[in-house]
Amino acid sequence: MGPEGSKPKTVICRCEDVTVEEIRKLIEKGYQTPDEIKRLSRCGMGQCQGRTCRNLVLQEIGAATGREGKDIPMSTFRPPTKPVKLGLYARARAEHEGGDDR
Amino acid sequence: MKSVEIAVVGAGPAGLSATLAAAGQGASVALIERDEHLGGQLVKQTHKFFGSARQEAGTRGVVIARRLGQAVREQAGIDLRLATTVLGYYSDKVLYLEEPDRLAKLQAERAIFATGASERMLIFGNNDRPGVYGAGAVQTLMNVHGVMPGRRVLMIGAGNIGLIVSYQLLQAGVQVAAIVEAAPRIGGYLVHAAKVRRAGVPILTGHTVKEAVGEEAVEAAVIWRLDEQWRPVPGTEERVDCDVICLATGLSPLGELMWQAGCRMAYVPELGGHVPWHDDDLRTSHEDIYVAGDASGVEEASAAMVEGRIAGLAAARSLGHDRDVEEKLGEARRELAALRAGPTGEKIRRGLESLRQGGDGR
Repeated sequence: MGPEGSKPKTVICRCEDVTVEEIRKLIEKGYQTPDEIKRLSRCGMGQCQGRTCRNLVLQEIGAATGREGKDIPMSTFRPPTKPVKLGLYARARAEHEGGDDR
Repeated sequence: MKSVEIAVVGAGPAGLSATLAAAGQGASVALIERDEHLGGQLVKQTHKFFGSARQEAGTRGVVIARRLGQAVREQAGIDLRLATTVLGYYSDKVLYLEEPDRLAKLQAERAIFATGASERMLIFGNNDRPGVYGAGAVQTLMNVHGVMPGRRVLMIGAGNIGLIVSYQLLQAGVQVAAIVEAAPRIGGYLVHAAKVRRAGVPILTGHTVKEAVGEEAVEAAVIWRLDEQWRPVPGTEERVDCDVICLATGLSPLGELMWQAGCRMAYVPELGGHVPWHDDDLRTSHEDIYVAGDASGVEEASAAMVEGRIAGLAAARSLGHDRDVEEKLGEARRELAALRAGPTGEKIRRGLESLRQGGDGR
């Protein structure tokens, strides 16, 4: 059980600590694409970049709306594929300006 | 900027095989792997492969990893980059790489994405309690690092991974309380199921986990029955004492780089989720990009190795390295078809058919 007397917590996005109840409420309000849900809840925007929750969100949208996975538009994927220290980019820029374009 | 003919991303069974096939044709290849070792998930597979004589049947995954890794290290013309993650693929055929302490760029005429798959999570109460593990993590702890994940495990999923990991846990001296499977029947090979059953482990089909119990960490799990429509039946709850809940509930292909590159993606449940459209050469809708292994559709490592060979050969051929290539491709295609023949390949055949139905992908 969770903390004293509370209902067990069901996590859908471990990185951003988003529960399935929060996602279901958003879907109920009409936010029925992964992109909208991501923008409102940060679900999928953490350390693992949605590798854990992406399919669970699709599954929840599908269950609530009766749509199949192929009919639910995915969010846009952009580089970088994983969180990167800003220092790496700063250093790359310094190297670039120093003429070292490796 | 460094340039290479073919960049292979991921050094699991598919990526290693693709690298060897392409380099064997005389192409210059860069093999990029996030981890510090070659072999991907093979390194934790201590069980023997079977089912196919030509794909290392009777050999343990970890031995296959060593053999393929050795061959890659001995083959000339391979630029091996370990501990390096591909962050992006850009339209000028440039890959951005994160090396341990710097960013680097690499231009590649062709890219083969052999990025594998990630483990599926499951929705149940208290699913973030310490003690809830993916089956891959349990195998890494146990088979790579020699660390017991706990004393008593509840396994969720009776596919091959759930069955094999259960058996490995038993061999390591860990109790397996039960294997719970939501489907009405066992998904994995019956020979694996028979082994764990003989050891006294019950396999409960038509059941799932309702919640984990425990304040600080898993102390037990509550399971319940599912009806024919896969809905849980209230009143059927049972408590199972355990300190580990191990999820072996399937894999999802990792296609981020191909989404980024603009490859046409399709959602095919039989292949594990979103996969890039691809032809018999494993070429995607992007003419410079090939895919192989679980990233093209979740399947066994034996199929991943053959797909890697096909992608490597086809990518090399597209750059003019065409010595005996048709013959080699033909042989590999026949091996792949043989692996997918019969009832165990039915799901993957159906998935590929549904993937191709969307036209030529271009």
